[in-house]
Amino acid sequence: MTPKAENQARFGVAPDAMVFARGVRKSYGPLEVLKGIDATVPAGSVACIIGPSGSGKSTFLRCINHLEQLSGGILLVDGEFVGYDLRDGKLYEVKNSLLCKRRADIGMVFQSFNLFSHMTVMENLIEAPLRVRGMPVGEARAKAEILLARVGLSDKAARYPRELSGGQQQRVAIARALAMNPKVLLFDEPTSALDPELVGEVLQVMRDLAASGMTMVVVTHEIGFAREVGDQLIFMDQGVIVERGVPREMIANPQSPRTREFLSRVL
Amino acid sequence: MSLAEPDNMIERPSDPIDDLVVVPRRHYGIWIGMVVALLFAFVIIRALATNPAFAWDVAAGYLFHPSIMRGLAKTLLLTVVIMAAAIVVGTIIAIMRVSPSLVLQSFASAYVWFFRGVPALIQLIFWFNLSLLFRTFSLSLPWIGPVFSVNTNDFMTPFVSAVVALSLCEAGYLAEIIRAGIKSVPSGQSEAASGLGLSYGQILRRIILPQAMRFIVPPTGNEAISLLKMTSLVTFIAVDDLFYTAQSIYARTFETIPLLIVVAFWYLFVVTVMSIGQHFLERYYGRSDKLDESPFARLIRLAFAPRRVGVLP
Repeated sequence: MTPKAENQARFGVAPDAMVFARGVRKSYGPLEVLKGIDATVPAGSVACIIGPSGSGKSTFLRCINHLEQLSGGILLVDGEFVGYDLRDGKLYEVKNSLLCKRRADIGMVFQSFNLFSHMTVMENLIEAPLRVRGMPVGEARAKAEILLARVGLSDKAARYPRELSGGQQQRVAIARALAMNPKVLLFDEPTSALDPELVGEVLQVMRDLAASGMTMVVVTHEIGFAREVGDQLIFMDQGVIVERGVPREMIANPQSPRTREFLSRVL
Repeated sequence: MSLAEPDNMIERPSDPIDDLVVVPRRHYGIWIGMVVALLFAFVIIRALATNPAFAWDVAAGYLFHPSIMRGLAKTLLLTVVIMAAAIVVGTIIAIMRVSPSLVLQSFASAYVWFFRGVPALIQLIFWFNLSLLFRTFSLSLPWIGPVFSVNTNDFMTPFVSAVVALSLCEAGYLAEIIRAGIKSVPSGQSEAASGLGLSYGQILRRIILPQAMRFIVPPTGNEAISLLKMTSLVTFIAVDDLFYTAQSIYARTFETIPLLIVVAFWYLFVVTVMSIGQHFLERYYGRSDKLDESPFARLIRLAFAPRRVGVLP
């Protein structure tokens, strides 16, 4: 049995679950930020996470690609642990090279873009494919050009990040994540640092991605996007999931008073 | 005249605004300062030109003297070797200081504390006298016996002592510069890189250090310049550098001042060349900034930069 099948049988993971979280906890010292998160994101679906700041939604996202280490619970991506190997009922931390390899399959887009500021757009896009995947330069460049065309920035390949607008930078960041052919893309408030008139172009790229069947977990304040694109909506508050459901229904008719209060403030 | 024309466009024969004259503020302090400065310059230049004790002709005669040239070469060699070693050691110490391990951090802090705290001259003489502490260096393995053994005095030549002492000392300063540079790179950069699957070493080499260089190069250039001058300390342990060579000549001929002029000239010359080099390094590492070039920088670049056909500034 493959590790994936073994994990799926052992923890009752649905075969199509791309992200599977059970009882995920995270503490910083005495401060408990996540208090037992259960969630499943099926392959090809879009999960949107909303909630007030400090609710733990970004921390949960960062746990998925092991930028944060879990304090408890399990988190599987495509049926496998990201930072651990399960052997004889124990979780062994994997060595760095294996962690890097698994992280490479999980794309992440940050609120503050985090493009490598000393590299051109093209260099940003080919860096990881060259260094992590060992892809030949020609192939990496060709792929990067296709991706840049997809986010509508073909003419910016030779530019440095600071010469681009925030919306353009975020589209480059999305292309950079796509260059690794990730199984799942994590978005950490991708439009929160943008001027209002630039939000639309980034959301459009994300909409296209969702339509192409990419599995996405999106922490966002864009309720409209969640309603239109999301397959499930998760509302988090104070480290727990308060409510989840089909976005359209949940936004129209929230069950929990906390969800209702939050939605009334952001809508 | 149309009605749409604004009121102030109407020409009046004598507008009181046209007669106003701006009288610039008088900067009396600056004028006095200029006069004093010019006076000082005049006195100094006259002294330099008329005092025969400067013996400019003697100085000129020694400028390209073979011994002086050999001394200059030794000084340059020392600077390059020490700086290279100090960059390697300093980078390692800096990485230890930003590492998550408390032991490595403390070791690096102690290193910086000691080698920055003890005067370079004392460190130099200490390493030169290492044989007083350890007569021999030997390696013995259990069951095999001694593998090798050397007399400390055989390998701790003045030159080696100078390189070891000054590079360890310089590394203390560079470690702090490099650490500050690493700290100046926003943490989002390494997060994004690790999210893409780059390893710790790759992140350091490809993402952090190249961006830190913009903050590291300017102070490191200053360090290199002060190191060049610091190498004159090796005179104390009889390394035949530029200053030592000059000293040994004027100890014989008593032409003290002309030879000091020669030494000063060569230090100034090398420092000037290094400053120009530093300027280009800074430009290279700041290339993603696209800062506008200052007129002085442009002058220097046009005067010294290698020209490539078809590449416009």
